[in-house]
Amino acid sequence: MDSRTMWEKVKDITRGHSLWMLYYCTGCGAIELPPTMTSRFDMERFGIGPMATPRQADILLVTGYLSTKTLRRVIYTYEQMQSPKWLVGFGSCTLNGGIYHDSYATINQLDQYLPVDLYLAGCMPRPEVIIKGFKQLMEMIKTGEADGWKQYQDNREWYRKNQKKALGDLLYTTR
Amino acid sequence: MALIGKIVLFIVGAFVFQVALSGFSRKVIARIQKRRGPVFWQNFYDIGKLFFKKTSISHGFIFDFGVWMAFGGTVATLLFVPVGPYSVFPGQTNFIVIIYLLAIGSLGMAMSAVGSANPFASIGISRALTQMFGYDVPFALTVVIMIYVHRTSQVAKLAAVQSDIGWHLWVMPLSALVAFIALMAMLGKKPFDTPIAPAEIASGPLVEYSGKYLGMLMVQHEFATFVEVGLFVNLFLGGGSTLLIYLVKYIIVYLLTVIISALMARFRVEQTVAFFWKWPLVLVFIQALIIIGIGIR
Repeated sequence: MDSRTMWEKVKDITRGHSLWMLYYCTGCGAIELPPTMTSRFDMERFGIGPMATPRQADILLVTGYLSTKTLRRVIYTYEQMQSPKWLVGFGSCTLNGGIYHDSYATINQLDQYLPVDLYLAGCMPRPEVIIKGFKQLMEMIKTGEADGWKQYQDNREWYRKNQKKALGDLLYTTR
Repeated sequence: MALIGKIVLFIVGAFVFQVALSGFSRKVIARIQKRRGPVFWQNFYDIGKLFFKKTSISHGFIFDFGVWMAFGGTVATLLFVPVGPYSVFPGQTNFIVIIYLLAIGSLGMAMSAVGSANPFASIGISRALTQMFGYDVPFALTVVIMIYVHRTSQVAKLAAVQSDIGWHLWVMPLSALVAFIALMAMLGKKPFDTPIAPAEIASGPLVEYSGKYLGMLMVQHEFATFVEVGLFVNLFLGGGSTLLIYLVKYIIVYLLTVIISALMARFRVEQTVAFFWKWPLVLVFIQALIIIGIGIR
């Protein structure tokens, strides 16, 4: 059931046509982004473009594995972004740990700590997959399905508990 | 009442025209880079999306006030620029007023960005004001020559007088060249885009803006572009006897800056100032000597 008013539908369609992304280039997935953005695959034709800071961005790309140390930075970055905001997990590392699944220093499932709106499977996902995934994300935004930022607000305790479990008391220190 | 209607029509018209044109310029840049590029109404989506953001973080009173000051100052400037045969206040198109009001936009943004206390914003603002120091001197001199020759500082009159003596582009070509280079720096196009420099200082002054603030500053930038390109068209290309002719000239000048910008790399800020005070300043002095020596014929 669609309980949105007409005005909210207009807002969602506008949002779905313009995505500014911030990419958190920890893993190897970042190397697939330049061909996606430049002349070969040309992401800009869908209205997707890179942005310099978390404040200006709409989607956060986590490109690859996350060590517990970088997870803290990702949480800060995500919380600095302005809602509505969406998070995309790249590759199998964010899905289930990938080839680092048994490492002591990485996290295995990103959606335990932050609400993920879209996963792109693969090791690493090719530009075709990235564009297909982004098209799907845009459809989800237009229909109002992609509401990870609302989930994060509503289930804050649960996410906070998991974040503390991974990071200990270091969550809010700057070291 | 009629005046308010005129003002609203002028602002809305400038907004729709300039935002559509800057969206089209993204398409032009894409074609230069062998891409397809976004649709030309993409910038309306971008601005709309920014205004539809749910949250906007403020960094205190100065931060909020500076944004409104920049926006208001630029909209006020817009009303004094003659567009073809039309202007909101006929006979009130003084160049000094326009330049004076245009500075309010930059200063408001400087105030607001420094209010955010982000070091990148401070770097960006100091670069923007340093660059302004560079291009304003040669640009102002080109206009001073014109004011000296024609004994008027009304932009509308300076535009109208060119129907008798020919465009200033042909009468004083060196001035036109200098003003065009200064125009590129005013618009922040490459090679003069040190203040923004996304890959270097994370978009400079805009680093802490989000949502509605960023939307307002984008609209402010579009209005400032309308004023600056409009000044060049009026001063050097004879304005326009009809609205259509004016807009065609405007589109040609704007797209020329965009195309040149797409082919350039970025100067450092001290290179920008050194460049402006070396070549354009010398050229404009030579132009002044020629005009004073042999007149405009």
